[in-house]
Amino acid sequence: MRHQHCCMPSVKHILCAATLSLAAALPAAAQEFKLGVVTFLSGQAAGPFGIPAKNAAEITVDAINAGALPAPYNKKGIAGMPVKMILVDENGGPSKQVTEYRNLVERDKADAVIGYVSSGDCLAIAPVADELKKLTILFDCGAPRVFEEKDYKYVFRTRPHGAMDNVAAARYVADILPNVKKVNGINQNYAWGQDSWEDFTKSMAKLKPGVEVGTSQMPKLGAGTYSSEISALLLNDAQLVHSSFWGADLESFIQQAKARGLYDKQLLVLTAGEPSMFRLANEIPDGAVIGARGPFGVFAPDNALNRWFRDAYQKKFDSPPSYASYVMSQAILGLKAAAEKAMAKNPKPSGEDIVTALEKLEFEAPSGTVKMSLAKGHQAVQENAIGRFKLQGGKATIVDVKRYPPECVNPPEGTTAAKWIEAGFPGAKC
Amino acid sequence: MLRDRSTLALAIVMVALVVAGPFLPAWLRFVGTVALANALAVLGLLLLIRTGLVSFGQGLYYCIGGYAAGVGGKDLGLTDAFALLALGIVASGIISAILGLLLCRYREIFFAMFSMAFSMILYGLLSKSQKLGSTDGFNVVTPTFLGYAPDGANVKVWVFGLAVVLAFGVGIVLHQHLRSGMGYASEAVRDNEIRVEYLGVSAQYVVWWKYVLAAVLAALGGGIQALASGHVGPEMAYWTTSGEFVFIALLGGTAHVGAIISAAVIFEFIKTWVTQISPYTWQMFLGIVLLVIIMFLPKGLWSLLARMRRAS
Repeated sequence: MRHQHCCMPSVKHILCAATLSLAAALPAAAQEFKLGVVTFLSGQAAGPFGIPAKNAAEITVDAINAGALPAPYNKKGIAGMPVKMILVDENGGPSKQVTEYRNLVERDKADAVIGYVSSGDCLAIAPVADELKKLTILFDCGAPRVFEEKDYKYVFRTRPHGAMDNVAAARYVADILPNVKKVNGINQNYAWGQDSWEDFTKSMAKLKPGVEVGTSQMPKLGAGTYSSEISALLLNDAQLVHSSFWGADLESFIQQAKARGLYDKQLLVLTAGEPSMFRLANEIPDGAVIGARGPFGVFAPDNALNRWFRDAYQKKFDSPPSYASYVMSQAILGLKAAAEKAMAKNPKPSGEDIVTALEKLEFEAPSGTVKMSLAKGHQAVQENAIGRFKLQGGKATIVDVKRYPPECVNPPEGTTAAKWIEAGFPGAKC
Repeated sequence: MLRDRSTLALAIVMVALVVAGPFLPAWLRFVGTVALANALAVLGLLLLIRTGLVSFGQGLYYCIGGYAAGVGGKDLGLTDAFALLALGIVASGIISAILGLLLCRYREIFFAMFSMAFSMILYGLLSKSQKLGSTDGFNVVTPTFLGYAPDGANVKVWVFGLAVVLAFGVGIVLHQHLRSGMGYASEAVRDNEIRVEYLGVSAQYVVWWKYVLAAVLAALGGGIQALASGHVGPEMAYWTTSGEFVFIALLGGTAHVGAIISAAVIFEFIKTWVTQISPYTWQMFLGIVLLVIIMFLPKGLWSLLARMRRAS
């Protein structure tokens, strides 16, 4: 042990003590809040979701560190510390994500982790987060079952789950097409597409009893060509075609279906159409029903936070933020709001303090008010908004927007989304 | 048996790792567990490669092992790690015994494609079964060990210990097997099937056996992976999973079981390391590593050892 030798004579003794106390003071001065951010940086979901979310994380973290956010987030840092972001790619499947999550928490000592677009990843990460007792916010995945199958203490989801996408879409369709008799669907054959179609048809059956299903097409994820599916849709003369397509699949389908004249006969209902709407401005037919999986993007309310968010995003990345960007920023702001609430009690809040503060919290985001009211205060609800596409002066816009309050499109506490829809939305306040 | 240097070395490393297990940093232990789970599947692949066959379908049995552990916990109420692994062994044994009857007739690219096709069929089936969570998969129970239920983080220490014992135990047995009559029969089949038949050994029988053994080892690996990560999903049967196993075998080389185990560990560390240093292009890095290995070390990293031995 060298320091014994160093501390022998008196002058050296003092120097040694000084060095030691300096060393002790240094980490405190350089203390930072390490935030693990996990989203798709490669692969199919990177373009439509992963990169817009990463961009939003960058501008939000930068603004937090500069203290440049509008009130109530105008204090610098999270829990008084500057935020250091550790970025991880979500590609590679749930078991790889479990490894990377453990590396983030145990090796890199992250103070909190925000991440996961894929529901499979969310499902796999949640029990690990509880095992490691680390505050983890699921920012984008949709599957309601994450919190329906089990309660978690350290895991939160600051965006509403996916059931409301299709409940709201069904309500909107029932409003604008009161005489709807038959619906078609084309959804990707994986958990998200299957759940979306099931939620939509079951909601329609409750809202408009007697509605028939024409055909349900389920091509595989990333199929790219849809000629036989489009033929099947054309052969079934339903009033509408429902789709939860996203990204490249959505773009290919829209263009191929346009060429075949599908839209002349059937109304297009795109529950996740918003992120692609600007790129496809000249392809999407006027009147198509568009959702953004919540009050995000074009559906976001006009408030100071949203104005800041849109300006900052547009300025840095030269495109408007889509819903993936909104939910990422919202997750970081939820964390900041919880940390500030915890600081009122304890100026140096621990991870546990922030977890307690985030439970049942209500906070403001660019998309309006977020209420952590489901799953014992771990699952957010928000209003949902649906509208119709209109090309105005060469620009993609949304008209006829209808807003559905949180209690209208989200199940109450104590039931699952599937059971709630099956039972005909008991307790819904619209 | 212990007079053999390889066996002794494997046994020493196994004991050392089991003893070191509780003292390793948790993340390191976890990466190690995943690596050893993969090593088990690749040890199975080693048997096939020695027979001159490359399987792009080890993922099929890896997935069956994982789902057997998952379903055993979810629907049968089992929590014992050994029972959950045994389910996977039985399931993969039965399925591979049947599929093996078909596959043992094919060689080369036809064997590779057939093995991959069956794996992708399982992937397709699981992706459509909403009962089993579709593409999202489902979570696996926290295992117990012969009635003992370790608390919290200690479970992962136990799973690591189990992975070490299984991977190295299988390694030792395989090392003996490769030098037994049946083991040499593999290489004979690879070199000249007609001669093997003239010697009175059925080449198809040899291939069938190796296929079933490989399947059981992959299922063990999948079971360990499921218990470690606590989640199973259909991507375990996707061809890229099988591709990773082939990658590991190429990385290490097939000269020795030690090559496979060390390659599995090296691969897992390269993977998490490049994910960290290069979050956007980690797949490209893996690709470059593979290219470099194929171009400069076609017999894998293990051939470096042999070269050094020759030099000294």
